[in-house]
Amino acid sequence: MSKYVIKRILFLIPTVIGVTLIIYFVMNLTPGNPARAILGTGVPQADIDAYNHAIGYDLPFLQKFVNYLVNMFFHGDFGISYVTKQPVFQEIWPRYIVTMKLAFTGMIVSTIIGIPLGICAAVKQYSVTDTVSSLISFLLAAVPTFVLGLVLLFVFSLKLGWLPSYGITDWTGYIMPVLAISIPIAAQNFRFTKSSMLDAIHQDYVRTARAKGATEKVVIWKHVLKNALLPVITQIGMNLGLLLCGAVVAEQLFSVQGIGSLIVSRITLKDEPVIIAGTILISICFTIVMLMVDIIYAFIDPRIRAKYTKKRG
Amino acid sequence: MEVKNNNNNSILEIDDLEVIYKTDLETVKAVNGINLKIRKGETCGLVGETGAGKTTTALSILRLLPENTGRIAGGDIKFKGKSLLDMSPEEMRNVRGNSISMVFQDPMSALNPVYTVGDQIGEAIKLHNPQLAKEEVEKRVEEMLELVGIVASRKNDYPHQFSGGMKQRVVIAIALCCEPDLLIADEPTTALDVTIQAQVLAMIANLRERLGTSMLMITHDLGVVAKTCDNVCIMYAGKIVEAGTIEDVFSGMKHHPYTEGLFASIPNIKTKSSRLKPIKGLMPDPTNLPQGCAFYPRCEKCMDVCKTIPPEAYHNGTHSIFCHQYANQAGSVEGKGGAPNE
Amino acid sequence: MFKKKNSKMTLEGNAYQGQGKIKEIWRRLKKNRGAMIGLLMLCIMGVVLLIVPLFVSYESAVTQDFSQMLAKPTKEHIFGNDGYGRDIFARIIYGGRTSVGIALLATFFSCIVGSVLGAIAGYFGNAVDNIIMRALDIFMSVPDILFTMAVVYALGASFTNLIVALTLAYFTNYVRLVRSEVLTLSEQDYVEASRAGGANSMRIILSHIIPNSIGVIIVNTTMNVAKIILYESTLSFLGLGMPSPQPEWGQMLSESREFMRNAPHLMIFPALAIVITACSINLLGDGLRDSLDPHLKS
Repeated sequence: MSKYVIKRILFLIPTVIGVTLIIYFVMNLTPGNPARAILGTGVPQADIDAYNHAIGYDLPFLQKFVNYLVNMFFHGDFGISYVTKQPVFQEIWPRYIVTMKLAFTGMIVSTIIGIPLGICAAVKQYSVTDTVSSLISFLLAAVPTFVLGLVLLFVFSLKLGWLPSYGITDWTGYIMPVLAISIPIAAQNFRFTKSSMLDAIHQDYVRTARAKGATEKVVIWKHVLKNALLPVITQIGMNLGLLLCGAVVAEQLFSVQGIGSLIVSRITLKDEPVIIAGTILISICFTIVMLMVDIIYAFIDPRIRAKYTKKRG
Repeated sequence: MEVKNNNNNSILEIDDLEVIYKTDLETVKAVNGINLKIRKGETCGLVGETGAGKTTTALSILRLLPENTGRIAGGDIKFKGKSLLDMSPEEMRNVRGNSISMVFQDPMSALNPVYTVGDQIGEAIKLHNPQLAKEEVEKRVEEMLELVGIVASRKNDYPHQFSGGMKQRVVIAIALCCEPDLLIADEPTTALDVTIQAQVLAMIANLRERLGTSMLMITHDLGVVAKTCDNVCIMYAGKIVEAGTIEDVFSGMKHHPYTEGLFASIPNIKTKSSRLKPIKGLMPDPTNLPQGCAFYPRCEKCMDVCKTIPPEAYHNGTHSIFCHQYANQAGSVEGKGGAPNE
Repeated sequence: MFKKKNSKMTLEGNAYQGQGKIKEIWRRLKKNRGAMIGLLMLCIMGVVLLIVPLFVSYESAVTQDFSQMLAKPTKEHIFGNDGYGRDIFARIIYGGRTSVGIALLATFFSCIVGSVLGAIAGYFGNAVDNIIMRALDIFMSVPDILFTMAVVYALGASFTNLIVALTLAYFTNYVRLVRSEVLTLSEQDYVEASRAGGANSMRIILSHIIPNSIGVIIVNTTMNVAKIILYESTLSFLGLGMPSPQPEWGQMLSESREFMRNAPHLMIFPALAIVITACSINLLGDGLRDSLDPHLKS
């Protein structure tokens, strides 16, 4: 088992390399250059070129790519921002934390709301709980984060004045962004959990359990749940990717100083070190979460565990 | 043997059972009035092709029909003299796995993949013996495993670590661990290969001897019936067309045309023949059963009366045949019948 | 007709029986009220988006008329006017044409690209599978939005480029899906039988694997159209959609922010348009899924 975990962690390295390559490649295609974007259009070309040269932008992209990787792996140096001329890491780390708080709170909220409701709806199919929840979650699944955010802003900030409309000065600032991100995901969780439970309820081993004389409660809680939740666990991990996307949008909408809004603002300025470092941090987070999900899955499902542990003899 | 509190030692009595499956589109008449009796210690075989209604009958006994579509439309099922259909869900649960157990056809999917086999056997024991201490349950689990021929130390293994044959043994262990009075085996060896089949059947026979369990053996394989059963009922399109002891049905002179067709279609290893002799035609659509005898479209001896009037029973001691060609012969009795040991 | 394998439904049999099955699926679909409502809504929308532009000119969607700024809905401008005095109804119609057009094309291409990749990975297995899936993992660890933004910024915002960007974002859905279908189906006996009968890989893929995975692909494609419409509106909200003055629902919502206090109708109509479109598509998609997997519905 530990061999498997180590293998997965080692896979982070090609991931980081791949991500860096992709970004440098795409940036290479984009028009413009940092100096022009930062200094403006009125500035003479010579100054532009000097600026670009000073920050090291005008090197061939493969060379930039290799330099960056070398610096990162061997010196722990994430480079200097083309824009602020400050070390990248110091700049992005606090903002990274803000985004992580948003995303993980969103993960908790969407899991707590979506999954138990999904279980109830499957067990009591066609009941009031089921019909109402299914209807609401169906509607909410069709509402993108930014629309939801706008509606929340309209109701709670504008009309009721309960919550701040921008920035995060205290914990109340987190409420609307987290809700905007997590509600569509909660709706998805609900639908997925319900369908996974219904799948499991129709399995043969459930019939065996009933034939043993087990009560419905035991059938559901012991036999169905464990099997049904397995794919749900994977889904929760993948939700993080969606939550992060939602976070980027929410940060724009609510003017939150997270890493999403930072990267977005630096794309037009072609601030490659910041973009890359930010994206790498997000990718690492996502990869580690997926790894943890897979480990938890292996703990619960003995068939998968058997694949990862080599039995002797 | 213990004396039961009913008069004639009967474990199971099915009277005129009718079962339908009702969906939005159609109503499937799966079981159309069957009568069956099993006495203590006996094994009754229920033979028929796929779709004849055998599994439905079995599920009806334990009231495990799919909730939304399956319905018992008529008749009664009595276990040790008491009607199962009148029982509350609580009482029914006490019966399942405890007094009546069932072994299903497909061992591959019958066990829960995320729990150990010891756990699953133990669950059956604990459900009906909540007073037992943990160690006692464990001991019993190990005993059951040994009984079905599995090393006791494998109780901590998961279903995927067992082959099909061994999984079926585990299923049998679960079914027998509370020493039920009746075991319903729905094609228990169909999914297994022939050598394993022989082993499993021998094991079942052995266990039955030791525990005195009665059995309803559902199968389409006449060979299995010959090996394991005392009585046999032949089922076609939801009805029992012939019933009797093994001697009656296997070596008697008179038979229902369907039975004759079944026996004729078994390839004979001793004689040389170039073609198999199947029964021509197909089983009728259960949503659209023919009037009269359900078998008449395929029957070589079909008469006019067969097309309109359902056949009555012809009894000859323990042997019953539902066919017009035996009507008006000595011993034929109008009305219900068809259950051996009348 | 349908066989259960590891709790996944697959269509048994060969492609030649396709015709009967389609009728059967349509019959089941017709009984699903939700799906029929969704289908009806989509047909109405389709008709509206195609016909109405004959009566409402593009000009009214883009001409600024400050005398009508933020006007509430009237008989002439049934959804009112926006911050630049432009007719909101016209903008919704034309925005819809763009959004739906982009979404349909992007879905189509991402389906093709993703399915082919997935089929290759699933069928040939081993090294090929490994490389494709690892590369996909790396690709997918970058949040979609950031990548799409970078691509759109790189290529510039235009109809074609948006389609390219969205295809790149969504083809990954199909790779995993088709790969897992192919893996399951390859183990089926009739594929084995086909191979034993002498069929080569191409023939097996074309006549067995594709027809039998089409069901799942169709359901997912339907759902993806909705997702892409939502995603595209998010992009235009962030300013990366079609350039002004081309109307787009997301961008209309972005503009409505300033005027939320006094003129909520700027926000309401585009929001409703997005939600209703996505809901209709999802209703149809759910219905399709139920009618392709009848055993799941009790």
